[in-house]
Amino acid sequence: MTSVPMHHILMFASVLFALGLLGVLKRRNLIFIFMSVEIMLNAAALVFVAAACKFGAPDGQIMFVFILSVAAAEVAIGLGLVLRYEHMFKTLDANAANQLKG
Amino acid sequence: MTALFYINACIAIATTAMVIFSRHAVHALLYLVLSFLCISFSMYLFGAFMAAALEVIVYAGAIMVLFVFVIMLLNIGPNAMQSERMSLSRIAPIMLCVVLLLAELIYVLCSQDANVKYTEVTIREVAVALYTQYSLAIEIASCILLAGLVGAYRLGAKLNEIR
Repeated sequence: MTSVPMHHILMFASVLFALGLLGVLKRRNLIFIFMSVEIMLNAAALVFVAAACKFGAPDGQIMFVFILSVAAAEVAIGLGLVLRYEHMFKTLDANAANQLKG
Repeated sequence: MTALFYINACIAIATTAMVIFSRHAVHALLYLVLSFLCISFSMYLFGAFMAAALEVIVYAGAIMVLFVFVIMLLNIGPNAMQSERMSLSRIAPIMLCVVLLLAELIYVLCSQDANVKYTEVTIREVAVALYTQYSLAIEIASCILLAGLVGAYRLGAKLNEIR
């Protein structure tokens, strides 16, 4: 069966995390920033599940379930905020909200 | 089977790079769904069946569909190109990520870790642990979901007036 060194899995997850971080820092569209945050969350969840498989314990998968539920709630509220943002600024550019005046 | 993991990792990294470098929002979403499927396959290769199934069902199947619906609602697919200019003048984020990755690469090449083998952690074990040891966390997670529900309803209810 599969037998992979742990640091290979960690490298894989950290590459995904760095790609998500790059997307958050580089993109200006709110939807893309949101998607990059989801990529980062997924990379962290992958590390949890890999640790669970290493030790044969179900705790990592349980943490994965909770990461999933937190991500779902965050996406729901975040997309509601994106709708409000688009309604107010008529664009999804993150730089459009660079002033404190509403 | 071990080669499958490496092929899968390459596909996941490629599709994730396509997500952040694509110009059309719907294309990026589809690449993201593919990336989630690859990660789910990685979890499946190590015997974490429940995590793999939940990733496909909840993450790729519900959260990404929500994204697609919102993008269809906002109709920003082609317009996403106009609000972006991926100019290389702001190179600091790219350099930051490259530095991070190089540090990780050096750390990985200098470390010796045990192998992660295929260990079947069945859904039954996960469920037993989830509902006995972590029952409090389930209640708190349901409170979070309730807060998300109420917040999403309140935010999306009336777009014409803010009360």
